[in-house]
Amino acid sequence: MGLLDARVSNRNVLVTSVDNVMNWARLSSLWPMGFGLACCAIEMMATNASNYDLERFGIFPRSSPRQSDLMIVAGTVTMKMAERVVTLYEQMPEPRYVLSMGSCSNCGGPYWHHGYHVLKGVDRVIPVDVYVPGCPPRPEALIGGLMKVQELIRMEGLGISRQDALKKLAEKSVDPQQVIDQVRKAATA
Amino acid sequence: MEEAANQMSPAVRESKTAYDNIRERFGDAISEFDANPTMPFFEVLDASRWVDIALYMRDNSLLQFNYLACLSGVDYPEEQKVGIVCNFECIGKYTHRIAVKVKCQRDGGSIPSVSCVWHTANWHEREAYDMYGMVFEGHPDLRRILCPEDWTGYPLRKDYQVQETYHGIKVPY
Repeated sequence: MGLLDARVSNRNVLVTSVDNVMNWARLSSLWPMGFGLACCAIEMMATNASNYDLERFGIFPRSSPRQSDLMIVAGTVTMKMAERVVTLYEQMPEPRYVLSMGSCSNCGGPYWHHGYHVLKGVDRVIPVDVYVPGCPPRPEALIGGLMKVQELIRMEGLGISRQDALKKLAEKSVDPQQVIDQVRKAATA
Repeated sequence: MEEAANQMSPAVRESKTAYDNIRERFGDAISEFDANPTMPFFEVLDASRWVDIALYMRDNSLLQFNYLACLSGVDYPEEQKVGIVCNFECIGKYTHRIAVKVKCQRDGGSIPSVSCVWHTANWHEREAYDMYGMVFEGHPDLRRILCPEDWTGYPLRKDYQVQETYHGIKVPY
């Protein structure tokens, strides 16, 4: 439930919890760090550009890890880059989120066996909150992943750890298969 | 022999002419001509003369191979050798092109560097060294170019096994 669903009285007074306001503010201005590692970065840039326009969600790439709260690992993480990724992650202020975009950063992708230089999944060096599959994922998929990050933030609150928030998110998630079946049925009917 | 020459395409015949010129000057230091239709080539048998051959190929007025189009490394495990293949072209005067192969021992072998002849060779030789491990003697700055400096092994060798960990990070899947 979002903040705007809360009741607004006729004197323009909104009564809600601090958690709600904090979460609303944080999820409405997710600032990712502007860095791309391979072809996924092209899709990420396309998502930022006017067709998909991430700025309508308040998502706006920053040039410094110190100003950003989301890291989109967009592309192949090489062994050489892995340590730099860790450094950048550590430079980000908490609370910070990591979205792994595409097969390469999820698990090594097409380089899983013969790519001697590729880190087989960025989760070997930094904790990942949301994985977006695809090679590369379409902008819609990336937006879907970003929405998941927003949902995760919505689950958070004072005294709730990230683990608990992730657990809550998993409990609240619905199996998309039913929705897919419904849409298919409607399409064929 | 003449019959074989007649069957060559015009491009290969041009390469053959260039080869004959080099052969006349260096004799047994280079191998027979291979009329490969994609890229005709010869091999440098006496690797110690490679820089002389390179200078001659660049500076002779009938050759003028002023453009090193590519330099790649190759692994020959059954011969216990590693080598390089260089593709040459002439820009401006002639249309001929030729490839040159140079080999050395797989373990501890070295090939003279031609980075003083064609500056393009500088980074290409570093790449070949990075991937195959042959040393280029006389190279001004022979360091790994793609892999991290403290990487172990030469990744494009046929018997390469990836290292277990790198700086505490697991490498294999």
